[in-house]
Amino acid sequence: MEPINLSEKITTDILRPVGITKSFKIWMTALLVAFGICIYAYTLQLRNGLGVTGLRDYISWGMYIANFVFFVASSLIGMLISAVLGLSGAKWITPIARIAEIIALAFASVAGLVIISDMGRPERLPNVFIYGRIQSPILWDVTVVTTYVVISALLLYLPLIPDLAICSRRMDTPPWLRKIYRLMSLGWSGTPEQTAMIQKCTRILLILIVPVALAIHTVTSWLFAATPRAGWNSSVFGPYFVSGAFVAGAAAVIIAMYFFRRNYKLHDYITDSHFDKMGKLLVLVSLVYLYFNINEFLVPGYKLEKAEAKYLHEIFAGRYAVLFWSAQLLGVIIPIILLLIKSVRKPLPMMIIAAFVLAASWIKRLLIVVPTQEHPFLPIQYVPQNFKFYTPTLTETLITLASIILVLIIVTILSKFFPVIPIEETINELKHGDK
Amino acid sequence: MEDKEKPKTSRRKFLENLGLLGTGALAASAAVYSGYHYEHSKNKTGRKIKVLTADNQLAEVDAGSLTISGKPTLTALQMRGREGIKHRRWVMIIDLSKCRNARKCIAACQEAHHLRPEQYHINTLQMQESEKTAPFFMPKPCQHCDNPPCVSVCPVDATFKRPDGPVLIDNERCIGCRFCIAACPYSARSFNWIEPKFANQDKGKTYDVELNVPQKKGTITKCLFSSDRIREGKLPYCVSACPNGVYYFGDENEDAVTNGTTKETVRLSKLLRDNGGYRLMEELGTKPRVYYLPPKNRLFPFPEEGNIIEKEG
Repeated sequence: MEPINLSEKITTDILRPVGITKSFKIWMTALLVAFGICIYAYTLQLRNGLGVTGLRDYISWGMYIANFVFFVASSLIGMLISAVLGLSGAKWITPIARIAEIIALAFASVAGLVIISDMGRPERLPNVFIYGRIQSPILWDVTVVTTYVVISALLLYLPLIPDLAICSRRMDTPPWLRKIYRLMSLGWSGTPEQTAMIQKCTRILLILIVPVALAIHTVTSWLFAATPRAGWNSSVFGPYFVSGAFVAGAAAVIIAMYFFRRNYKLHDYITDSHFDKMGKLLVLVSLVYLYFNINEFLVPGYKLEKAEAKYLHEIFAGRYAVLFWSAQLLGVIIPIILLLIKSVRKPLPMMIIAAFVLAASWIKRLLIVVPTQEHPFLPIQYVPQNFKFYTPTLTETLITLASIILVLIIVTILSKFFPVIPIEETINELKHGDK
Repeated sequence: MEDKEKPKTSRRKFLENLGLLGTGALAASAAVYSGYHYEHSKNKTGRKIKVLTADNQLAEVDAGSLTISGKPTLTALQMRGREGIKHRRWVMIIDLSKCRNARKCIAACQEAHHLRPEQYHINTLQMQESEKTAPFFMPKPCQHCDNPPCVSVCPVDATFKRPDGPVLIDNERCIGCRFCIAACPYSARSFNWIEPKFANQDKGKTYDVELNVPQKKGTITKCLFSSDRIREGKLPYCVSACPNGVYYFGDENEDAVTNGTTKETVRLSKLLRDNGGYRLMEELGTKPRVYYLPPKNRLFPFPEEGNIIEKEG
């Protein structure tokens, strides 16, 4: 096989789905219409107040906060794949690193918006910067999430520069788009100095993102763990959240891999072996997560202190038992067992398993946020029935859906205008492999 | 030659600069003076008004320079609300043996603060510590902790601890994140989920942080130890409204507290010592400013078991 022809084939293969196609238009229209409907729900909330949600004085954090935690969690996978595996020299991640970065950037940037939807007075957001108190974990969260979004965006952009130069040279692309590609490629011509510079910058960012990523989810866990409430007052919350984050993120990447491979016809690049390795990675992170789950529930469950007992009873055998056990079984234990079998680590079965894992991850966040608040230290009395238990409303659900749709929109746009697999890197690796 | 000439030029230059500086300074001071003069004269009406000063002296001032200081501005109220009352340490004692759940405290509080019936700054709970122990009623206001978890977590300094004790909320600054609700172990805080009850009636009123009126949609509302009343030297709304002598309120520095019903003033330290006073959830380290006297010798019946809304167990 001629190397020139091979790199041409790679370029054509990867760039084939890039650009505005008919299916892209249909999919985007559907997303935008759905998004519009959900945004209408948000205008209702802006007009009438947070009373349109199922939240009340005692259970005052619900679906929005759970969704926020879920989004921050899912975004951590960018760090795990690009930085932890990349820096340790795992070569197989090349075709999926960009997918992981796209997922990370989409989830992390929308997480910031999700938190605004939970604010009683969103127009006072500038107060956080004007009157910000450094003692408040919210300030820490704002700082680290913003930093993480910036680093993730750079980690997506820098390795993309050589590919942007390739895109700008493509004749079948509309001229205006080529111009944008050329501008974004910052005059890339592939000289050794340029290559060295990008590699150096990327390496620095890959090292930087490790502590920042750990910080975003640890700080998010402290929003709960910093309070004295039973169920939140836990010292393993940081690592418990981080390990759970890798589970959710790995599942999201597997789902994205499956659809990119199928819809963009990238079977030659995202191969069964990649799924096999991602399956093993999901088993590994799920086992760590299971370990923290055992710590988080078994230890207080053994002691059954007064306040903890009420809350634990509710999730083990009460109102939330069905949700809790299905999330633990379908989202952690059964996936671990299934993914240990080699024949299961194939694209389709893995996509289905990952969908369960991801859904369970979302439910698990809701179970972390809500039941604790339904059982405060002092009894909830002399209030209407809807103050005692949390039931999300339709409006609230639509606003939450809006954020999920927005993630899909961002992922779609990024993957439609930029190659989801690094072209230059793939070619280089093949060349080195030939030598 | 050159060496000799140099100082000459410098002197000339120096004099030049001095002249320039002098003229500049003169012009500037003239401008400042005329501005000052204008500021003073612009309000001069020539009409004199007789006023009585604080120390009963009759004085005559120009009508233009008179401002009526009856209505403090929002900023003034906010500053006053944060400063508190000097040299005081407010404290409340709740005698559980006297509470009959009359709920008059709640009614007075909700009326004063323009709250909806389900919004509590103070609520009376029906408590029972364990199966065999006797049930009792427990009024539960904000505990005004000296180590308040709610204040620690507030991202914008909207809720704050005052030097004289109360924990207040500035609903002109609150962003509505409800982190304080999540952090409070006493469930003492409430939120304006929808438009407040008296939104129309209170329109245009200057917000008083010590009364938290007008209430504002999307912000926190909470017990304020009736900071507006204690500023006037009165007892809090709930304390004065109680028909059963449950509440004592006063200043820890003076070691004196006054019963809201009997108006009897007693020694704080003696009251706590003689009656086994305690604070709620001491183990959390929140250091409340509200003390409870145990529910002993209750001489009135408690509603039968079935009527207890929710046992604590």
